[in-house]
Amino acid sequence: MRYSAFTIFSQGLTGNRGWKELWRKPEPKPSYDVIVIGAGHGMAAGYYLAAKHGISNVAVLEKSWLGSGNTGRNTTIIRSNYMMPENQPFYEHSLKLWEGLEQELNFNAMVSQRGIVNLFHSDSQRDDFVRRGNVMLMSGADAELLDEAQLRRMCPYLDFDNARFPIRGGLLQRRGGTVRHDAVSWGYARAASKLGVDLIQNCEVTGFRIDKGRCVGVETTLGPIAAGRVVSCVAGSSSRVMKNAGITLPIESHVLQAFVSEGLKPCLPGVMTFGAGHFYISQSDKGGLVFGGGLDHYNSYAQRGNLPALEDVCEGAMAIMPMLGRARLLRMWGGVMDMSMDGSPIIDETPIAGLYFNGGWCYGGFKATPASGYCTAHLLATGEPHELAAGFRLDRFRRGQLIDEKGVGAQPNLH
Amino acid sequence: MIVDHPLLGPRDSAEFVILGDAALLDRPDWQDPQAPERFYEYLYLRQNPAGLHRELWYHEQGDRSWLVVTRDTTTHDIVSVELARDVARRNKAKP
Ligand SMILES: Cc1cc2nc3c(=O)[nH]c(=O)nc-3n(C[C@H](O)[C@H](O)[C@H](O)COP(=O)(O)OP(=O)(O)OC[C@H]3O[C@@H](n4cnc5c(N)ncnc54)[C@H](O)[C@@H]3O)c2cc1C
Repeated sequence: MRYSAFTIFSQGLTGNRGWKELWRKPEPKPSYDVIVIGAGHGMAAGYYLAAKHGISNVAVLEKSWLGSGNTGRNTTIIRSNYMMPENQPFYEHSLKLWEGLEQELNFNAMVSQRGIVNLFHSDSQRDDFVRRGNVMLMSGADAELLDEAQLRRMCPYLDFDNARFPIRGGLLQRRGGTVRHDAVSWGYARAASKLGVDLIQNCEVTGFRIDKGRCVGVETTLGPIAAGRVVSCVAGSSSRVMKNAGITLPIESHVLQAFVSEGLKPCLPGVMTFGAGHFYISQSDKGGLVFGGGLDHYNSYAQRGNLPALEDVCEGAMAIMPMLGRARLLRMWGGVMDMSMDGSPIIDETPIAGLYFNGGWCYGGFKATPASGYCTAHLLATGEPHELAAGFRLDRFRRGQLIDEKGVGAQPNLH
Repeated sequence: MIVDHPLLGPRDSAEFVILGDAALLDRPDWQDPQAPERFYEYLYLRQNPAGLHRELWYHEQGDRSWLVVTRDTTTHDIVSVELARDVARRNKAKP
C-alpha cells in the first residue's frame, strides 16, 4: 500500500479498515546472503542492501522489538557541524539523505529542519565557532554566525547577561533539526520488508559460526542461521556480541540519559545547545521539552542512569534558560551506547573473513542512521569501504590515525 | 551510587572522577620487544564486561586518593572498594 493524501482520504471514507501491517513477520530461513545483527542502523543497512545493491536475501535479526535500542531512545537531533575531515562529509551526506528520506521511503518520519543553534559565551569560543562554520561551509553544509543582537531577536528568553556564562551569539545550522526516531525505524522496516528483507524480532544472536577463519553464520535463540556475510550493528552491546567472535574492541559501554518535560505551548523554535557545559534541548511536536546532557561517566549496560547526571543537566538548563525552572519533568530514561576510544564510529571488515562491524556511534549516531546504513550496505555489497566512511577503520587505533573530534585522547567517557 | 571509601567511609559517587578499567594500573614494559603491540592494547582495547568490572576512581572532591572500585555494570552495585595503591603493590608482588 502506497501512502498518500488520497489513501488517507479513501481510508477515512471506508472506516480505516484497509490499513495493512507495516512489515511482514517471517520465520527465519535456514540461510541468507547477508545477516544483519541489530535493527537500528542495521535496519537502514538492510534497506540500502536491497534498494541500492539488489541484495534482498537479507535477514535483520533483532533481539528485542524494532527500535528498542538507542534508535528509539535518543533526543532525535540531526545536524552536520563536525570538524574532522573524516566526519564532516559523512554527516553532511547523512543530512542530505534525511532531506530525501520521506519521499524515498514513502513514510512520514517527521523530519523537521527547524535549525540548531550552538551558543557561544566568550570571544575565543566565537573564534572557534567561526572556524567550525567555515569547515562546514567548505564541506557543502550551511552555517551562519549569529551575533548577540540577532540571537536576542530570535530567542529573547535566553539569559544573555548571565554573570558566569554570558551569551555572546551562536552558530546556526538551519538545515539541522529533529526527526521522529521511531518512525525512522518503522519507515526503513516497511520499505526493506517490501523489497524482500526479513526483519526477525525477538531473535538474539548468541554466537558466530566460524569455519576455517571465515564467518559462515550465526547462532541465535531461534536456532542457527547460515549466511554468506554477517554484520554486527548492535551499538551499546558491541563488545558483548563481538566477544563471541574473539574480538576485543576499542569501545566502552556507557549510559546516557534523556529527559522530557510536561507538554507546553510552543516556546522553542529549534534545537539549542549550551556552549559552556553539556546541555541540549528542543521541543517535540507534542509540546514536551526534550533535553539531555553528558554521560553518567561510568561503564554501564543498565539502561538507566543516576541523579547526579540529572542535576548537571538541569544546571546547564538554568544557566541559559531560567524559564525552564518552572517546567516539570515528566519522564526520563537511559540508553547504553558504544563509546569509542576517539569518539568516532567504526564501519569496517574484521580480522574474520565474512564478518563486518558497525558500531562506536557514541551519542551522535542517530543523525548518522541513513549514511551509516548506506555505507554499511556498500561495504557488504562491494567488499570495499564507501569513500565517505573510508576513515572509520577498525585498525586506525593501531595505526595511530585517530578521529578525535574533541581532542581528549583515549578516554571514552570524555568524548 | 555510594562508594565505601576505605579511609573515609561512605561517599557520594558525584565526588569522584572515573578513569576506567583498573587494568590501566599494569602499564606494559617499554623495553619489551612487543612493546608497540602491548601499548596499543593497553591504550585502546577494553574488555568492557557486562557484569563485574574493576575500575579506577579518583576522589577529586575529597582526599584525592585513587581507588579500585569493583562494580557490576548491569546493576551498578558496588561490590568492593580498595585503595589503588594497595592493589598496585599487590600486582607488583606477583611474579
Ligand atoms: C539518551 C540518548 C540521546 C541521544 N541523542 C542523540 C541525538 O540527539 N542525536 C544523535 O544523532 N544521536 C543521539 N544519540 C545516539 C544514538 O541514539 C545512537 O548512537 C544510535 O541510535 C546508535 O544506533 P545503532 O543502530 O548503532 O544502535 P541501536 O539503535 O541501539 O541498535 C542496536 C540494536 O541491536 C540490538 N541487539 C543488541 N544485541 C543483540 C544481539 N545479540 N542480537 C540481536 N540484536 C541485538 C538491540 O536490541 C538494538 O535494537 C542518543 C543516545 C541516547 C542514549
